[in-house]
Amino acid sequence: MKYLLNGHSLMMASDLCNGCGRCVEVCPHGVFAMVQKKAEIVNLGDCMECGACGMNCATDAISVESGVGCAQLVVASMWRGNGGRTECGCGG
Amino acid sequence: MSESGCGRNGKPQTNCSQAKPAAAQTIRDLGTTLTWRDVAGAWGVRWGYRRMSYMIEPGLYRIGRPDAESKVLVTANYKLTVDVVRRALHGLNVWLLVLDTKGVNVWCAAGKGTFGTAELIARVQATGLAKVVRHRTLVVPQLGAVGVAAHEVSRATGFSVHYGPVRASDIPAYLASGMKATEAMRRVTFTWKERLAVAPMEVVGSLKPAGAILAVLALLELVEHRRLTTGLVADMAPFVAAILTGGVLVPLLLPWIPSRVFAVKGALLGLCLAAAVLWLQPLDPATGMGVSLLILAITSYMGMAFTGATTFTTLAGVRMEVRWALPCILIAAVAGAILRVAGAFI
Repeated sequence: MKYLLNGHSLMMASDLCNGCGRCVEVCPHGVFAMVQKKAEIVNLGDCMECGACGMNCATDAISVESGVGCAQLVVASMWRGNGGRTECGCGG
Repeated sequence: MSESGCGRNGKPQTNCSQAKPAAAQTIRDLGTTLTWRDVAGAWGVRWGYRRMSYMIEPGLYRIGRPDAESKVLVTANYKLTVDVVRRALHGLNVWLLVLDTKGVNVWCAAGKGTFGTAELIARVQATGLAKVVRHRTLVVPQLGAVGVAAHEVSRATGFSVHYGPVRASDIPAYLASGMKATEAMRRVTFTWKERLAVAPMEVVGSLKPAGAILAVLALLELVEHRRLTTGLVADMAPFVAAILTGGVLVPLLLPWIPSRVFAVKGALLGLCLAAAVLWLQPLDPATGMGVSLLILAITSYMGMAFTGATTFTTLAGVRMEVRWALPCILIAAVAGAILRVAGAFI
């Protein structure tokens, strides 16, 4: 299943990639693949911007604005007028 | 299940002879069979009962009879998570390192950072894991990668991180194949069973608003008839149906409802429901319009709210959706409420 703006902030600087393959390993949606000993974005449309790839990139080759795609969280932060990140209340 | 571990299997343990409270280094046993209380507890939290306090003590646990060469698996201290994991580990001899995630599951806790690099490093050190096992390998659930930087854990503790499968049920196969995860083990799914499992929370969350609607309907009934009649049931029925549509049908039918926008998915099912209500109940135009708008507002909002329970929505996408859907929903709700109340006096 796909949503809106999937992967819009995911960026990869191939020249920084050391080919460790961590991003391929951690991505839950198969966004990356190893191509000639370097990781490449092959499936951007499935990216949910969870941030696992960027978190585990030792050479900072990957950048992504990660966050939880939760409307209740977004509405709550609008309500409080800070527009920023609110502590996610759920998790079960 | 916070078993003390003292004297279990008839084995006296050094910790037990000392009258000290459980120290950080205490290693406890964890069984792999669930009792009816575990099953009941799982049902409870699925419906929101004790959801935020359903946890076990963080620390190092024994599954079976692990030795210095046994694998170390890492998990969260949400008891529902621990139960799923230990059940999957039946028959294996492994160590389970339980992180303090404040009773939240691995993926959500990783998003918050509580299932994270700092906690993992601290827990490895506090439990003295390096003295318990000879190898230097940790198996961390793949979804924990959102909060854990593997290279930083290695640098700080000397333990290298292997990301295990997404689902606990794949752990035995993963370990048996020499810690190799198949493509399928690495992918997050959102099957109808998984969607249905998170649906109860959507319904529970709407109980308060439902109570408020019921109170207003009862008040209108009192003003109109000076007493409560069975008509109140018929008045409330469309709203109960709307909540079940938004909370259960939208999750269940998610992949097949047109549009990627969850608020639209909810509204589409709401339209069907409104048509059914108007066909079943003879209502005057104002009341009919009011009820229809309120149904649309409820199903649309609940559809939108379900974004948080899914496995594929993005924050940027949700922000965009909320920005244009929320005003529409609010207008529908206010207009619907005015028409529904006015309809009672026409």
